[in-house]
Amino acid sequence: MRRFHIIPVALLACLPLAAGPAASADKTLTVYTYESFVSEWGPGPKIEATFEAQCGCDLKWVGVSDGVALLNRLKLESGRSEAGVVLGLDTNLVSEAKATGLFEPHGLPTDAVSVPGGYSDEVFIPYDYGHFAVIYDTETIANPPTSLKDLVEGDPNQKIVIQDPRTSTPGLGLLLWVKSVYGDDAASAWESLSKRVLTVTPGWSEAYGLFTSGEAPMVLSYTTSPAYHMVAEDTKRYQAAEFSEGHYLQIEVAGLLANAPDKELARQFLAFMMTPGFQDEIPTNNWMMPAAAVSIDLPEAFSTLVSPEKTFLYSSDDVAANRAAWIEEWLGAMSR
Amino acid sequence: MLTRSEHRASTAGGVAALAVIGLALAVPVMVLLSQGTGTGVSASQGAYIARITWFTLLQAGLSTLLSVGFAVPLARALARRPSFRGRRWLISLFAVPLGLPPLVAALGLLEVWGRNGVANRGLALFGVETPFSIYGLSGILIAHVFFNLPLAARLILPGLERLPPEYWKTAANLGMGGLSLFRLVEWPAMRRSAGAAGGLVFMLCATSFTLVLVLGGGPAATTLEVAIYQSLRFDFDPGRAVLLSAIQIGLTLAVMLGLRLISLPTEAGDTKGGATSRPDVARGWRSLPDVALIGAAGVFVAAPLVAVVVSGLAADLARLLTDALFWRAAATSLAIGLAAACVAVSLAGLMVRARFSVGERPGSPGLGLLSGLAAAAGSLTLLVPPVVLGAGWFLMLGGGAGQLLAPLSVIVLINALMALPFVMRVIEPAHQGAMERNGRLALSLGITGINRIRQIDVPALLAPLATGFVFAVALSLGDLGAIALFGSDRIVTLPWLLYQKLGSYRTADAAGLALLLGAATMALMIVADRLGNRSGAAPLAGRQLR
Repeated sequence: MRRFHIIPVALLACLPLAAGPAASADKTLTVYTYESFVSEWGPGPKIEATFEAQCGCDLKWVGVSDGVALLNRLKLESGRSEAGVVLGLDTNLVSEAKATGLFEPHGLPTDAVSVPGGYSDEVFIPYDYGHFAVIYDTETIANPPTSLKDLVEGDPNQKIVIQDPRTSTPGLGLLLWVKSVYGDDAASAWESLSKRVLTVTPGWSEAYGLFTSGEAPMVLSYTTSPAYHMVAEDTKRYQAAEFSEGHYLQIEVAGLLANAPDKELARQFLAFMMTPGFQDEIPTNNWMMPAAAVSIDLPEAFSTLVSPEKTFLYSSDDVAANRAAWIEEWLGAMSR
Repeated sequence: MLTRSEHRASTAGGVAALAVIGLALAVPVMVLLSQGTGTGVSASQGAYIARITWFTLLQAGLSTLLSVGFAVPLARALARRPSFRGRRWLISLFAVPLGLPPLVAALGLLEVWGRNGVANRGLALFGVETPFSIYGLSGILIAHVFFNLPLAARLILPGLERLPPEYWKTAANLGMGGLSLFRLVEWPAMRRSAGAAGGLVFMLCATSFTLVLVLGGGPAATTLEVAIYQSLRFDFDPGRAVLLSAIQIGLTLAVMLGLRLISLPTEAGDTKGGATSRPDVARGWRSLPDVALIGAAGVFVAAPLVAVVVSGLAADLARLLTDALFWRAAATSLAIGLAAACVAVSLAGLMVRARFSVGERPGSPGLGLLSGLAAAAGSLTLLVPPVVLGAGWFLMLGGGAGQLLAPLSVIVLINALMALPFVMRVIEPAHQGAMERNGRLALSLGITGINRIRQIDVPALLAPLATGFVFAVALSLGDLGAIALFGSDRIVTLPWLLYQKLGSYRTADAAGLALLLGAATMALMIVADRLGNRSGAAPLAGRQLR
């Protein structure tokens, strides 16, 4: 009856094996952010090294697909998050984020910060900014759209990849951009644009990945994105299309969670965020414009970028009041 | 042939197993119902939900039409050519998609049908300017046909092969034309199984989650299951999730009631192939249509598999295998799979035993109900799809934030319930047979109770139990439905890791991972199949597509 050793072995296998690696450092700061920030080519790893050298702590990144998903996750965890800092919301989401009651004022001087429009807030601190733009592949598209109207009404066979406004801040940015330009006609604009949309991705990384791998000749990204290809890949193949109506501005922010396990450490990180140690990594790793002084010269490529004459930016209260209805409108138009 | 106390124990075990299943199903449904639909549904929301529901039905209907529509001529062609070289191999190949995790298949399909895939490069050679797009309805249909055409063909083929050889001789002697042969002989032999296969395929496609999630490409191509997932993970709108779940349950219920009318035929295992010659079938160049059809189907099914292997081997497997996250995900997946298999086999064992016990004591309405419920329990798990189950538990656990054991247990439970109908199907006939063989003997030897289970019943059932166990591990290993809601940086399984790599377009890593995951589940499925064949257990047909 030797077989019956099987039973205890099987029972042993039945015990759920909860495997979780334990971190071993005196102090740990967990920062929630979006995925592209912490990827190996993003600014995350470099910022982590610099900050850990200063604070004698362990900085742990947790990346979710994109900025709006960050807010969803916080709502879901309703105060049980292990994070101290959330980095990667944008000004569009600030009112809604404050309304959750999960954040508290940072209490730090923010004189070092300078962004277009002079945005300043007692809860959220800007760390970079950029203008949304359609990036196109010059090898496929000879005549890029010169206005949002061009994009909306263009050839349905020339596809664009966009992000989902329910999870992604660029996706939400495009929604607000279209709303700024089209107002009450936004739904019909989306209906028309939907014919050109190859796919809607949950986050920026997926969309940009599809674009660079040639699945679509256009993608929603930032005016700064071509700089990446010029600096890192030495090619002018990918360019931003300048739109005559103007471009929507995004200011990305970070904030302190009220339930941060170690608030002092979290504040230390937010203060560090406004110094060159952090800001130097933004232009050539996150490929956005720094929100405070940098100690490096921006690469030459940055001077060749599209710089929008007119910009749009809704107040955060307006977005909070209308986001649900506008997303509903978007879903309705896109599923038609 | 059980003693009185054994009957009591069997009944108690059956009740306990049913209670576990009932709780696992009822708790999330109650949680969903108690959440209510929140603020009510606005007109635009209602229109959106109506469109999703319509799309769910549309894509399932078209997938069924295409799968069965191609499967009928394919099965006919295979029946007409009973002895070509590689036929057995081809029919085995058709079983592969059944065992493949949908995510792995999606990756292979992207390699073949994507913008830069083989198909589009081929079209470009012929001067087709506008590339074919795999995103949206077309991609969903290709993926569903990839999974279900082979399944349907395997279900339809045995009906044709069971026809006596005299039919074909007579048909040849009468000089019957292809059309009348089809109308009078072939179609009547296929009709039942084609209908049943259609019902099954429709059910699988109406509840398809992973493929739509990966290949859907936006609000225009979203199914109810994906919308439930999105309303929790994207909008954090529990009210909408509840509403969508109710619609989904209603839909699956209607389909299942429809399916009751048509019973499922057995699948072609090792078909006879070569046993009957077909004097009615032309040879030479006139066999070309059959050959072309069989060849095209073979290429259609094999190409994504080959793509997974080729791109997987091209990936940096050595780096992947030294990645700590990979091993963590593999360990978590294995632990979840083993635990889910334990739960599934235990529940199935208890219910099979209870049903047997009830069968020996007919007449009691209470016991009859127990037996009926135990039989229905398997189907009940199909009624409430994993994403809906997960949604209920997810809301109850508050998103599972900061917890580890509770979400893991929920994933184990959901995976176990998914495997349950198939495990029961394997164990029940074997148990019946073993009881008929050993029942009296055990009684006469006076071996009863736990001793009997240990010394007689379990050894006799070892092969089918192992089959069910290995199958449940494989099913759980490839599942994304249950982990999709709970996956986080703390709980990472192999499919979840693959989904993330696919998402962030680390294609090389994703390809390597897909190969490893695909190979692991295929190996387990083959083991399960071998064990099943040895023990004469029922073939593992109709695995869930998730």
